Amino acid sequence: MQRQLNTLMNEQFDDIPAPLGEASPATELRAEVRNLDFWYGDTQALKGVNLRVADRKVTAMIGPSGCGKSTLLRCFNRMHDLYPGNSYGGEIRLFPEDRNLIEMDPGLVRLRIGMVFQKPNPFPKSIFENVAAGLRVRGINAKKPLDERVEQALQGAALWDEVKDRLQESAYGLSGGQQQRLCIARALAPQPDILLLDEPTSALDPIATAKIEDLLTKLHKSVTVIIVTHNMQQAARISNYTAYMHMGKLVEYGVTDDLFTAPREQMTSDYITGRFG
Amino acid sequence: MATTDITHDSLARIIAANRRTDVVMASIGILVLMVAGTLLGAVFIDLLASGWERLVNPDFYTNFPSRRPAQAGIISAVVGTSLVMLVTAVIAVPLGVAAGLYLEEYAAKNWLTDLIEINVSNLAGVPSIIYGLLALGLFVYGFGTGETILTAGLTLALLILPVIIVATREAVRSIPQDLREAAYGLGADKWQTVRLYVLPAARPGILTGVIVGLARAIGEAAPVITIGALTFIAFLPPAPLQIESPFINFDWLTSPFTVMPIQMFNWVSRPQAEFHINAAATGVVLMVMTLAMNALAIYIRLRLRRLQR
Repeated sequence: MQRQLNTLMNEQFDDIPAPLGEASPATELRAEVRNLDFWYGDTQALKGVNLRVADRKVTAMIGPSGCGKSTLLRCFNRMHDLYPGNSYGGEIRLFPEDRNLIEMDPGLVRLRIGMVFQKPNPFPKSIFENVAAGLRVRGINAKKPLDERVEQALQGAALWDEVKDRLQESAYGLSGGQQQRLCIARALAPQPDILLLDEPTSALDPIATAKIEDLLTKLHKSVTVIIVTHNMQQAARISNYTAYMHMGKLVEYGVTDDLFTAPREQMTSDYITGRFG
Repeated sequence: MATTDITHDSLARIIAANRRTDVVMASIGILVLMVAGTLLGAVFIDLLASGWERLVNPDFYTNFPSRRPAQAGIISAVVGTSLVMLVTAVIAVPLGVAAGLYLEEYAAKNWLTDLIEINVSNLAGVPSIIYGLLALGLFVYGFGTGETILTAGLTLALLILPVIIVATREAVRSIPQDLREAAYGLGADKWQTVRLYVLPAARPGILTGVIVGLARAIGEAAPVITIGALTFIAFLPPAPLQIESPFINFDWLTSPFTVMPIQMFNWVSRPQAEFHINAAATGVVLMVMTLAMNALAIYIRLRLRRLQR
């Protein structure tokens, strides 16, 4: 299995230097999108997408509005299954067990893959209960493990110091940026295999955005992160790999620094230099 | 200057015109509100004044009905109304909330669901006496539940079910999809999402529907007369709680009864003017009971909101 993985990796990641100056060991594969199609009813939103997601790295997806980047992201935790009329073709294989998540139970997929949404969406409950929510869903209700893992998740989301004295207060009393970090803590608490972020800073001010970006660059040491962003600078700052999408197709995918400094495709070049999009 | 030019003056004229419209609309609103408020206040004060001599007499609240107006009281009607409302609430609230939740969260969105939804909404407008006839045939004769508190509770529960279902659906529908996606995104299944997040968030709206429904039920006389409630009753149903084991009994469910609106109707239709005083006093008590129920709902709603925010 390991050898097979390395082979898969070698095809694309072989000539890639250690990203972001890390002394990176051999990069492993966490997930691979193979020839993925997606339809909203009769409208095809994804067309034969292939994408490899490296383990414990930040993978960014950029592209103009309507290019399918959010649609692709929401395939990873089967959010589309909540609404009637949507259908998939192709595979998203999860590693190391090499299973197609399109054929898994959507509930099981979501138990393993966490998500943070565009708009902060805390529950109308206390700060503590927000972070504990995912743990309770997984049957963890005893006080001690809850306390520990809530604190751990809040520290992981760089929110602990700001909220440790008001854990029982309502989450709606937090600022927008704090709410979004709370949502990140909520997603992190159950220790997901992959964390999906759908334009997590688009509703936030620059200072709150900087805090979340800072947090994300630290996060990827422990969790695989896939982030959709309309902000190219953000992708350049925080991601190891970047995918550029256009009209439901993946146009270019590679190490972030390379993609932004020496794009292989003309379309990518046009987009990142601001000529369209 | 052409009239199509946008200038400071032309914009100022628009603002002035808008302001006049606002003043007119606000005036009409206040007028309508005052008419409604004054009418309600006038009715209440009139009842209060007419029934005052009975209202201040403690015997009025502890006596049974009597042939002598000065000795007649409303104890059996108050107890009857309370117990009937208890049965109504216990049956209608869980059923109505469950049905509303099912229609909104679980049912497939197809023509059958649409048909059911339209029918439920229409049921809310069916005259209450029709429910009385239905209950007479179904419960009294069909199931043999007799002219009892149970039958009355079931009948009024049927009557207010559509109100509670519609209110639950509206409340559940108004919960932002964000909240559901957040719950599903954590791996929650449908029932966990509904129970832990959707239902608590929808609770204030559902509560409003429950109160509107119960307030309608408490004032209904027609369906309760149809199923054969007594108009004169000189004993109370067995107490629901007792000292001996098992401490709780359900004999009261099968007891004959009367309710406040029937008691009131009965007294109003007597020729003696003294009975009309009793009727007015009963009206005041009925209104106070309804207002108390509303106050309780508002209190619960505010409490829930404080817990949530």
